[in-house]
Amino acid sequence: MPTSTGRRIRAAATPWLFATPAIVFFTLFLIIPIGYAIYLSFRGFRIHGGGAFGRRVQAFVGFDNYLAALTDPEYVAGLGRVLIYGVIAIPSVLGLALLFALLLDIPRVRAQGFSRTAIFLPYAVPGVIASLLWGFLYLPSTSPITYLAERLHTGPLDFFGYPALYFSLANIALWSGVGFNMIIIFTSLRAIPTSIYEAARIDGASELQIAWRIKIPLVAPALVLTGLFSVIGTLQLYSEPATLHPMTATVTTTWVPLMKIYEEAFKNDNLGGAAAASVVLALGILVISLLLLRLFQRRTFGDNV
Amino acid sequence: MSATLQASPRTGDRQFGHRHRPAAQRRPRLAMIVLLLGALYCLTPVAWVVIAASKTPRELFTTFSFAPGSGLVDNLANLSGYDAGQFWQWGLNSLLYAGLGAILSTFVSAMAGYALAKFRFRGREVLFSVILAGVLVPGIVLAVPQYLLLASVGLAGTYWSVLLPVIINPFGIFLCRVFAAAAVPQSTLEAARLDGAGEVRIFGHIVLPMMTQGLVTVFLLQFVGIWNNFLLPFIMLSDQDKYPITLGLYTFLSKGAGDTDLYPLVIIGSAVSVIPLIVLVLVLQRFWRADLLAGGLKG
Repeated sequence: MPTSTGRRIRAAATPWLFATPAIVFFTLFLIIPIGYAIYLSFRGFRIHGGGAFGRRVQAFVGFDNYLAALTDPEYVAGLGRVLIYGVIAIPSVLGLALLFALLLDIPRVRAQGFSRTAIFLPYAVPGVIASLLWGFLYLPSTSPITYLAERLHTGPLDFFGYPALYFSLANIALWSGVGFNMIIIFTSLRAIPTSIYEAARIDGASELQIAWRIKIPLVAPALVLTGLFSVIGTLQLYSEPATLHPMTATVTTTWVPLMKIYEEAFKNDNLGGAAAASVVLALGILVISLLLLRLFQRRTFGDNV
Repeated sequence: MSATLQASPRTGDRQFGHRHRPAAQRRPRLAMIVLLLGALYCLTPVAWVVIAASKTPRELFTTFSFAPGSGLVDNLANLSGYDAGQFWQWGLNSLLYAGLGAILSTFVSAMAGYALAKFRFRGREVLFSVILAGVLVPGIVLAVPQYLLLASVGLAGTYWSVLLPVIINPFGIFLCRVFAAAAVPQSTLEAARLDGAGEVRIFGHIVLPMMTQGLVTVFLLQFVGIWNNFLLPFIMLSDQDKYPITLGLYTFLSKGAGDTDLYPLVIIGSAVSVIPLIVLVLVLQRFWRADLLAGGLKG
């Protein structure tokens, strides 16, 4: 009897022991930082005493930091810029990734292996380096595009002006992201049994019709997954504009929310404000992700439930 | 690899297409052209940086971008000579952060994924939901509080400050759970237990080998993720000797803002750091199990 109880306790403890390292790191580097950020977001400096002799004292300031963040024109403008950028970048990345994946899935097309590898390659290039490469291709003094434009006597091209800057940044995202998303979509295309198309082909459906009516609906879950990651990644836009900043004055030091948060935290010593701005951004990402999941889950998985 | 899986059913309809619909022959050519344009678009910046890396500073600003220059050896020497070989130190640091970080992360994820997939225990669903919610938490937003917490225990600015936060990877745990559920049969585990094998032994000798393919994917994802990470080391580190390569090149560029003399250094540095990564991806592509990612959401 005692051995049996002992074994049962050991059996119950086993999964927890395996999960322990993950739980410890999850707690230390996710839960505690989140809690700490929320705590900080309600803290701030209050001036005690009057006039020039007032002391700065850390205190509970309620929703002051949130109010300050949400009424800060730079932060709100940054959110707006990220949204404009996302509206351009996300559909282009996903749309082209889907197009390339569908083209890779058409039988009898040449150079598919080469194209797949070439389009996937930028995935290995860090965002900072991708921005450096494109930055030099945009920069008037080194740009081959500007060089050619000058030879053709067209006007000077300004990749860093408005609204061109949004497209210049979206282009970096497209270049970096299209291959990875293409591979995910292509792989789920490959998982569809071919017998499904054969009937359609015998009925005389064109590749276009097959793609539109059969393939795209069947890879919808992969599109939701890639879309979700694109949204999360987009709202955290940081390294690309930060890298372009030294190249052009148009990208200010607070161009996107994360740049603003960094500046508040480390240059203005306003930890409470930075924490509140982080919480707002995280909540925004969470709400948008959940909305997307709910919206598409019904459409994607509706038939199975 | 998955491309080869379905080669045979598709050759079947090849003859069918030839016979009945000659119009369809034109479409693959258009498809090929579009794919090659995509490939060209993706390769151009890489080609540019490799060519630009061969130019002397004067050539960089005067000759046509895609014309090779004559300064490759000088540029390499300048890069190596910069602050007594600091560039190579950055490369080693990146390798350390990404390599060690991804190995530890994959191991932690494998254990947790195995526990979640192969054991029935109270609290399992809650644990899984909490971890899954972690996928949605923007990792980068955590960087500031992580810095403050690590600073309070004196770890900010050390190698640990970049290594420790990347060990937890909720998406990796999620993938490992999916993969353990599919690749490890319950009957094998039961048989091993009946033979008296301990749980640790079962995990190390039976489960890990069965999960290898999935673990390689989780490792690669995390490796590239850490290698590409910028904000975390940017916030955590102040000592340039501990910088990863991304941060080092960014520093070059920031210094060169008013001073175009550093541009050639940035360019050769980018070229040198991109090439090994591209080789790595080409070599490891065969181990890449994208179907694991694609299938993830269905679970």
